[in-house]
Amino acid sequence: MVRDMRGAAPHSLVLKAGLIGGLVGVYVVAVGVFAAFAARPVVAQSLSLGQIMLLSIALTVGWSAADARQGRSGGLAAAALAGVLAGLVYAGVLLMAREAKLQAMFVALTPAALNTGLFGRTGLAALVAAALIAGLAALGGGLVRQMPAPARRTLLAVAIAVLVGALLRDLWISFFANLLGGRWWVSTIYTGNGLSWTGTGVAVAAGLAWQALRMLGRREAGARSTSLIGIALLLAAAILIPYFTNAFVAQVMLLVGLYALMGTGLNIELGLAGLLDLGFVAFFAIGAYVTALLTADSPLAIAHLSFWEALPIATLCAAAGGFVFGLPVLRVRGDYLALATLGLGEIVRLLVVSDMSAPVIGGAQGIVGIPRPDLAGTPMVSQLSLYYLTLVLTCLVALAGWRLQHSPVGRAWAAAREDEDVAATLGIDLVRSKLRAYVLGAAFAGVAGALFATTLGSIFPQSFKLDVSINVLALLVVGGLGSLPGVFVGSLILIGLPEFLREFGEYRYLFYGFLLILVMRVRPQGLWPDPLQARTS
Amino acid sequence: MTPGASPVTRSSGEIPDRAAAAGGNHGAGMDVGKAAALHIALADWRRRSTWVDMVMLALRVSLLVLVSAGLLLSLAHNEYSAADWLSFAVFGLTLGSIYALISLGYTMVYGVLRMINFAHGDVFMAGAFGALIVADPLIATGSLFAVLALIAVGAATSAAIAALIERVAYRPFRHRGTLAPLICAIGVSFVLQYTVRGFFGTGSRAYHDIPVLDGVVILGPLQVPLVQLFVILAALLAMGALHLLVQHTRLGASMRAVAEDRETAALMGINADRVVTFTFLIGGVMAGTAGVLYALVFKQIHAFMGFAIGIKGFAAAVLGGIGNIPGAMVGGFVLGLAESFGPAALLSGFGIPAPYQLKDAIAYGLLVIILIFRPQGIFGERLAVKRM
Repeated sequence: MVRDMRGAAPHSLVLKAGLIGGLVGVYVVAVGVFAAFAARPVVAQSLSLGQIMLLSIALTVGWSAADARQGRSGGLAAAALAGVLAGLVYAGVLLMAREAKLQAMFVALTPAALNTGLFGRTGLAALVAAALIAGLAALGGGLVRQMPAPARRTLLAVAIAVLVGALLRDLWISFFANLLGGRWWVSTIYTGNGLSWTGTGVAVAAGLAWQALRMLGRREAGARSTSLIGIALLLAAAILIPYFTNAFVAQVMLLVGLYALMGTGLNIELGLAGLLDLGFVAFFAIGAYVTALLTADSPLAIAHLSFWEALPIATLCAAAGGFVFGLPVLRVRGDYLALATLGLGEIVRLLVVSDMSAPVIGGAQGIVGIPRPDLAGTPMVSQLSLYYLTLVLTCLVALAGWRLQHSPVGRAWAAAREDEDVAATLGIDLVRSKLRAYVLGAAFAGVAGALFATTLGSIFPQSFKLDVSINVLALLVVGGLGSLPGVFVGSLILIGLPEFLREFGEYRYLFYGFLLILVMRVRPQGLWPDPLQARTS
Repeated sequence: MTPGASPVTRSSGEIPDRAAAAGGNHGAGMDVGKAAALHIALADWRRRSTWVDMVMLALRVSLLVLVSAGLLLSLAHNEYSAADWLSFAVFGLTLGSIYALISLGYTMVYGVLRMINFAHGDVFMAGAFGALIVADPLIATGSLFAVLALIAVGAATSAAIAALIERVAYRPFRHRGTLAPLICAIGVSFVLQYTVRGFFGTGSRAYHDIPVLDGVVILGPLQVPLVQLFVILAALLAMGALHLLVQHTRLGASMRAVAEDRETAALMGINADRVVTFTFLIGGVMAGTAGVLYALVFKQIHAFMGFAIGIKGFAAAVLGGIGNIPGAMVGGFVLGLAESFGPAALLSGFGIPAPYQLKDAIAYGLLVIILIFRPQGIFGERLAVKRM
């Protein structure tokens, strides 16, 4: 209410929504995301992901312009008007860009991309088309805003089902091909890279069914049991999905598990103890390099142990690394800690790639010839067996993390995270508590490093860049800081999903960036928040 | 009621206690100068210090030994001539003036908001690319004014981006937890890097050669590229302008007031939101200037260059005492010189192959050492009251 009274006048809201929407559309084309997305059909060769993206921008414009205080029809008119304005701005700028031939400066503004962006039209026709389409989509956005909430949620479920059905095509095909046998149904559901009309119908039905199930479930179960059911479902999916699909899926899930392992480690440092460590990748690297040096069939190796013997040593070495790393930065707090650990991590990386380290750990050439682990005398070569190894270790580590979180140690971390001075006054040994967090977090990362080395068979310093730390940080934030199930959800979304959307890999970190900002602004507690932290924040 | 009055509700308990983080400085009684007093002070220190203090002391001593050994060994090696050292110095000053300009943005933002603008390095990078858009037609005119216009465009780009970032990513968190703005800033940093990469492509880009800045100046035994002198001069001018702005204008005065004590400043009728925006704008202007100057010296720019240079700019700000504007300028020059002398003066003595590869490690090392042992920087922070 208060906001409505102080908010901008309706016409300035329309102007603002239209202008920003139009410019966002131009941005999407100029940065190249649109061209990449336009190459991916979603529905029956007639609606591409790029078009869906533009439509959803216009939808959002309508949504934000259809303010409640103008009444029903006034809101819809404002939405449509804002959409038309956005379309005009968008098409106008793109037409000018086409005239100016900017491709030499802005590489994404190729004639082809501009042509697709302008719906294959020129001049006035393009302007009219863009205004019309955007106006209609924005009208739809206004309508959606005025719908009752259950209808809105159902629409959202259907839209997500269609997108998931179309984009994860490879996953569905491999899954159902193994389950149902035969591939006769593939051509009915999919045409080319996207869904056929039949497939779209199936996806819509699936979305409706999912929404109905959710509403039933919400009525029956309390919060605690849904959380348990969710975890059970997650575990069942983790065991069954790779078994019924192919080696590629197993490989992707292996990566997800690896990052979940690291996420559990950083969750201890950041989520529980509140220590933002951007040099986290160093512990992962220690685990990997120690495993490589102890097991590899290479002149650099210092021993020829089996993976099982090397794993505890690598974990211990990483834990020791955590101690050595954590000790000097014990008294550095908050933002300073982030930059100090970032600096330490970068120093480690620079030392590893430099020629100085080449005789010991291979420098930029890395270490090759790391054997796979043996199980009862036979090496585990298939992706599936390696995946199950990862799953077992991940579950063990997650269990340890869960027990730690709910032990006195975990409560001491939480207390020190909220207020160091109060925690110290209450008799918590800050030094011991923080060092514990560093050592345990590093040990978990060390396990992940050892697994990484043995599954890949070779390691190079390029694999241990800051990006790894940022990935782990992002998956924690998206899943929910301090929440163990959140680690897995975040890992699935941020690590697993991009592997199935390989053609957009170039824009992966662009989306990460937007996702981090969006999650922090809209849902700072993450997708699957820790109940305690959700309560306090 | 003005919106600027809202910060009154903010608790002052958010500021991290860096005074306590300094650690190990318990030698207050040592200046008595007598053996007995020294003995008591030492005993007192040993009584109060924990094993962590001992470890830190050991670390301090071993670092000192390592650095002095490196210096002595390198001097004994003596593989560089005097002219080499002089050209290292000029290059260090060039680099340092760029770091100094960047560090000003960190320091000013920290002064008013007590937060680190993690994306500032990418603001610097964006300035260089903003100027790239107009570089060709401007450089074709061939005059020195074209170079100045180039700098102005870069500065304007960075300023606009910095203000936008503040509005979208930082302002919503001003009254919330400490970690949220930092995570948001990491997000912003990625968005900027990959946006520029999407706009301008994956490869390196460059401005065309600028004939006015080609050529060398002969100063006694050494030849200095003209462009390096130009960069140092331009940076000094920009810093001079900033000094005048901060010390002698109304806006500068309100900025200093907000940095001193935001609540009181708000009570005196200063619009804190406007001051924050202004601070980001000025920081952006300095960073954009640095971006164009960097492109002039190094002849190539790419979307990811902001990361390492941003960290170094931050290191310079911490070196000079974060929040301290003259300190940041000096810190920048110190860091530039350390980076250009370091590989020759420190590392070559140990017989490390290709010491130049490790020049970044020297800058990061300096950052880490300062953060650990003297977080208040060389000159200390210009914060009148430690509010914790």
